[in-house]
Amino acid sequence: MARKNGQELLLDVRDLAIEVVTRNGPARIVDGISLTVEKGETLGVVGESGCGKSLTMLSLLGLLPNKISVIGGSATFKGRDLLAMSHKELRKVRGGEIGFVFQDPMTSLNPVVRIGQQVMEPLLYHRNMGRAEARKRAGELLKLVGIPGAEERLDNYPHELSGGMRQRVMIAIGLACDPALLIADEPTTALDVTIQAQIVDIVKELRAKLGMSIVWITHDLALIAGLVDRVVVLYAGSVVEDAPVDELYENPAHPYTRGLLASIPRLKDEGAEKLSSIGGTPPEPGRRPAGCPFAPRCPIARAECERAVPALEPVKGEGAHRVACFAAGEIAEAVA
Amino acid sequence: MNAMTKTEPLLQIEGLTKHFHVRLGAFGEREAVVHALDDISFDIMPGETLSVVGESGCGKSTAGFTILQLHRPTAGRIRYQGRDLAGLDEKALRPYRRELQIIFQDPYSTLNPRMTIGEAIAEPILFHKLAPKGEVKSRVERLLADVGLPARFAMRYPHELSGGQRQRVAIARALACEPKFIVCDEAISALDVSIQAQIINLLLELQRKYGLTYLFIAHDLAVVRHISTRVAVMYLGRVAELAPRARLFGNPLHPYTKALLSAVPEADPAYERKRQRQILQGDVPSPMAPPAGCRFHTRCPLAIERCRVEAPVWRETSPGHHVACHLAEGGGE
Ligand SMILES: Nc1ncnc2c1ncn2[C@@H]1O[C@H](COP(=O)(O)OP(=O)(O)OP(=O)(O)O)[C@@H](O)[C@H]1O
Ligand code: SF4
Ligand SMILES: [Mg+2]
Repeated sequence: MARKNGQELLLDVRDLAIEVVTRNGPARIVDGISLTVEKGETLGVVGESGCGKSLTMLSLLGLLPNKISVIGGSATFKGRDLLAMSHKELRKVRGGEIGFVFQDPMTSLNPVVRIGQQVMEPLLYHRNMGRAEARKRAGELLKLVGIPGAEERLDNYPHELSGGMRQRVMIAIGLACDPALLIADEPTTALDVTIQAQIVDIVKELRAKLGMSIVWITHDLALIAGLVDRVVVLYAGSVVEDAPVDELYENPAHPYTRGLLASIPRLKDEGAEKLSSIGGTPPEPGRRPAGCPFAPRCPIARAECERAVPALEPVKGEGAHRVACFAAGEIAEAVA
Repeated sequence: MNAMTKTEPLLQIEGLTKHFHVRLGAFGEREAVVHALDDISFDIMPGETLSVVGESGCGKSTAGFTILQLHRPTAGRIRYQGRDLAGLDEKALRPYRRELQIIFQDPYSTLNPRMTIGEAIAEPILFHKLAPKGEVKSRVERLLADVGLPARFAMRYPHELSGGQRQRVAIARALACEPKFIVCDEAISALDVSIQAQIINLLLELQRKYGLTYLFIAHDLAVVRHISTRVAVMYLGRVAELAPRARLFGNPLHPYTKALLSAVPEADPAYERKRQRQILQGDVPSPMAPPAGCRFHTRCPLAIERCRVEAPVWRETSPGHHVACHLAEGGGE
């Protein structure tokens, strides 16, 4: 799948499939997800809870929980398949060339280890730095992510910091080894809007300074609007739409994306009386319909949608905007 | 209603204060006071949605809990239809407990996992003797229909429901009490966007149908703009500003309200890229040692010397628009 501008791909995930073992046998949680990240690009991955966005990223890092495993696909990062790597090889990549930040810093940070030591760990492990050098660098990193009095903070324990500060520490750890790719999974979801704005600002600044690629996973279409270059929308374990950011918000082609965008209340608008909403709930893994996963909730579904799964295809010609919907062509025409 | 009489508030909150005494240190050797709520006053009008916003820990839930007498206030009054609830003992409160309800963010934690949905909704009906035994079943079915769930859900257990469905059950349970007033404490915050819109619509519909009054605690300002009649902005245990929705969003007066609004992202890439936002620096100070003077002065971009020493008074700058800021003082229109 050549990108139109021939940019170099940093990450190329193809046909990723992930299953969970349940009482009723295996169930597909991720069902053939393909996505790419170019060098220097920031990709937003959007979807509701249970759509498989976190598991997709965890699988790349070899961090899938028990009973959940990759059963197919590849994930090429700098020419090597992450999914085929041994644990030992993955450990060299994880926290080194690929940094990551998760939603809840309280569970990702070790509560009984001082902040400084936790920022130093990737430097000691991946960079073979001496302790003194690593400590100095850890102080610089905390300063970089905007922690006031950074050096004095090195000896704090996680509980001595606020939620926003802990999340900054996580970002400092994620960036410690100048990663080519930073995977951020809902890193601001637990935070206040004011702190969220601080964190997003810092990430933008660091991206400009360090030039890494970012995959930012979220359920919040407003949050990533000003942050990402491209958006992949997931629904029930599949990619339903993949588009450059402006295109996605201006001309959403998938009925699910359109429904999502319509159901967000806007701060700019005076309150409308009734929000438009998508009826029903997403299907559970193992109970996905045979055809398009969105068909049971789709306002424009037709017979065809219940029989076959639509492929992810360009909305028109060779464009970078792709959608998995039998009716998308008509939507595009009706809107044009 | 007599056209001559002015609408009376449903609730009048006066000087409401709640301090928590906590023990600190490894052996609990130090005592400290958390100023969770300090001297807040406002009315809640029948049929309105008064939203309360502000950063985590600013006292939103404490305000809701204290109004409902789930926390007893340290000081202040809560007059409900003229009667001060703060002075009542548990027994005298009983009838009010039924009329004043609360819905939480996580209904899973408030639903008994071993009770069917039908039993959970029937419980308050039986407890408050709101229907004869023979009618409880049909009452439950009507409540399920009210919240958009099919009657067969009565036989299910909480774990068989999705988050949105559980929230519908929590709403049905509150409705079963035939309440007048419901505190919605982050009731939609944990839901996915597409489900959140469904629940917001449901709450608005039920409000119209049953004449409910809501205290809507939330952190999503876009949602608040959508559903509120009036909005109160809290900071560190105090109300910084309170105004009708259109005024609060259209003409915010308090620097904190402005900063909060400026932090909210919009689902509009072009607008976001060129937007100049004013980002509030630092964190909220500890409520165990709130700053002297204006509590916001440590983060306020406009703070002057006076703000460090003198607490701004809570005043009305134009009809219905209240603010506590020295620089907004006299700035009425
Ligand atoms: N039972 C309690 N004992 C001691 N301190 C408490 C108690 N309940 C709340 N607090 C403290 O009172 C302050 C206000 O808390 P509250 O829960 O009302 O905030 P909130 O605005 O609802 O926050 P959030 O947005 O996180 O829900 C906080 O500092 C909190 O830690
Ligand atoms: S009183 Fe002073 S510190 Fe407080 S909000 Fe107004 S200007 Fe800022
Ligand atoms: Mg709360």
